[in-house]
Amino acid sequence: MNTEILGVIFMYLAVVVLAIPLGRYIGKVFNYESTWLDKLFNPLDRLFYKFGGIDPSVGMNWKEHLVALLTINAFWFIYSMFILTNMGWLPLNPDGNPSMGWDLAFNTAVSFVTNTNLQHYSGETGLSYLGQLTLMLWQFVSAGTGIAICAVVFIAMKERTMEKLGNFYGYFVRSCTRILLPIAFIGAVVLVFNGTPMTFEGKDTVTTLEGAEQQVSRGPVAAFVSIKQLGTNGGGFYGPNSTNPMENPNYLTNILETVYIVLIPMAMVFALGHVLRRRKLAWMVFGVMTFGFLCLLLPTIYYEMNGNPAITDMGVQQQLGSMEGKEVRFGPAASAYWAINTTATSNGSVNAMHDSMTPLAGMFTLLGMMVNCFYGGVGVGFINFYVFIILAVFIGGLMVGRTPEFLGKKVEAREVKIAMIIALLHPFLILGGTALATYLYNGDPESYAGWLANPGYHGFSEMLYEFTSSSANNGSGFEGLGDNTPFWNVACGVVMLFARYLPIVGPVAIAGSLAAKKYIPESAGTLKADTSTFGMMVFAVIAIVAALAFFPSLTLGPIAEYFSLY
Amino acid sequence: MKKHIIPAIRLTVVCIVFFCGIYTLAIWTIAQLAPGKGEGLTISDSGKTYHVNVGQAFTSDRYFWSRPSAVDYNAAGSGGSNKGPSNPEYLATIAARIDTFLAHNPGIERAQIPSDLVTASGSGLDPHISVQAAEVQVARIANERNFTEDAISQLVASNTEKPLFGLFGTERINVLKLNLALDKLR
Repeated sequence: MNTEILGVIFMYLAVVVLAIPLGRYIGKVFNYESTWLDKLFNPLDRLFYKFGGIDPSVGMNWKEHLVALLTINAFWFIYSMFILTNMGWLPLNPDGNPSMGWDLAFNTAVSFVTNTNLQHYSGETGLSYLGQLTLMLWQFVSAGTGIAICAVVFIAMKERTMEKLGNFYGYFVRSCTRILLPIAFIGAVVLVFNGTPMTFEGKDTVTTLEGAEQQVSRGPVAAFVSIKQLGTNGGGFYGPNSTNPMENPNYLTNILETVYIVLIPMAMVFALGHVLRRRKLAWMVFGVMTFGFLCLLLPTIYYEMNGNPAITDMGVQQQLGSMEGKEVRFGPAASAYWAINTTATSNGSVNAMHDSMTPLAGMFTLLGMMVNCFYGGVGVGFINFYVFIILAVFIGGLMVGRTPEFLGKKVEAREVKIAMIIALLHPFLILGGTALATYLYNGDPESYAGWLANPGYHGFSEMLYEFTSSSANNGSGFEGLGDNTPFWNVACGVVMLFARYLPIVGPVAIAGSLAAKKYIPESAGTLKADTSTFGMMVFAVIAIVAALAFFPSLTLGPIAEYFSLY
Repeated sequence: MKKHIIPAIRLTVVCIVFFCGIYTLAIWTIAQLAPGKGEGLTISDSGKTYHVNVGQAFTSDRYFWSRPSAVDYNAAGSGGSNKGPSNPEYLATIAARIDTFLAHNPGIERAQIPSDLVTASGSGLDPHISVQAAEVQVARIANERNFTEDAISQLVASNTEKPLFGLFGTERINVLKLNLALDKLR
């Protein structure tokens, strides 16, 4: 069998095999059950609690959770703005890179605090090492935020839970230290031994074999890359992310980095099963997510391995497949696999340039972000899925003519309204943003000529992709877009803010209000959530709400480009 | 709101110290044990040091060419072309690269050129080319350096890196290593 395909199969099986036990472990962390790592982490957590001035045993209701989350996130944003606009003169800047202007700093600070990692700068020239390490901090804590708030939703879904849903800071610290830290540590060590730099020295200068001078950017790369893969962050140390051979030196590191993308998002589903003691529900969720994921993945691999027909017409060989923007050491299959992993989850790192992919591969990466819950971001992926579950419960209830219930709690008008607003927010931000950008560009194509690297349908796709990526808190890009301008920095920054916090506030409000309701024991008339029938319902709701809303915009971009090429 | 401000600030400071400081230093310390000491993998040859993972530009006919690069192998500003598959300007660039290759490699047919030799990589620093991309250059190298094609083909074969464990990924050739070996060929 083709070794490229075998590599992809191996990566998928590896992540499933690792995600099941990890999910059980995460469930134990959420439940404050004991684990074999307690000896190490109990003392460490106590230090965090002591110096942080927090008491993890104080219960909070859902509103207090949200206030705590928003307050600490606001503080991170302010600190980030300070570092980014002042790093030019601050220490750890051996390459003498400049501070950022206000609009780029705003975009970057929002981007990293919201777990998006959209980058309108290039790491080699745009950040000092202090800037890089500060962004790396957000990669830990923004992922920890997502996992913590997902824990709150899990606890709220338990049968006997009422008002108090645990302590936000407790979940947050435990997510960072017990889940993210050890796995990131292992990854960083593997990367270091495969040649990824981890140094505070500045650029190296070498003379090439042909006698030219070549400068090589270095830095504390390994520590950074590991957590950016793991926490569905995705922001690269170097401009072109994990295509760069320093960031991703060989196929082994590529396997590691690809597995890390989807490891925690997938494990969260099994954690749900452990926390609620409902394994079957977890498998239903996993089944729907996996089916959706495969629908995106298989055609993408097919189209990438078949290459660009316009290049075939020139008479050269495309045995490898579409190679523009790709690295020989990964090949198109592993690059297509990564592309779908990184967009279905909200990671956004790349090991090939998405802008140069064949049209339909580009479309499936877009669709992954438009749905944004096939595994999804760490924690927030399940929260997005939860919104679709609520909608499916509601529609299912209408079909059988009963007040809809989910896990023994009545789903009423208030919850459904919130769910619908959150489900529609995502298309609104993406399509509204793209419409505005297209309107501006069409009104004055000459002043905005710097925006688009490609003409025609593909140029439209570049703008659509940027807003989709911002709203999905993804962070990958059709990087041909000239996006470091005040318009793109501010527009994407605002979209990222709304798209991060409202889809956290809404589902937590739903979960909190459901938790406070009276528990109704299951009866013969209860709509069972852990069946494949209900799974199909959820999938249908996702397809209708998420995918169909975007279909017209996709026809204008990738689908039109497809018909112009094939 | 108020009662959350102080914990937010204190907890953030703890996180800065731990994740920016202790985690980073721990990885840095381990890196001192790794090959290259965390400063990038290098090889030394005839008193010169090269980064083995970072591709170099090779344009002379006496060396195996590396892939086209959108950033001209600038390892302090890496990047791809970001050209879309239907962009006419991009397709014209590809056609020009094919013509250049054919002009420098007499006797080679279009259909023998693999696409990685005429497309730019994502990083602009791809250190590898495919096996076909090396084979198609064998005749030119043999002619330029007055070796038999067999000798050069053998060199290509011995520099071919197999898929991981023979099972996963692509076969490829590190252009720098191949060219260093080429310089040593007697």
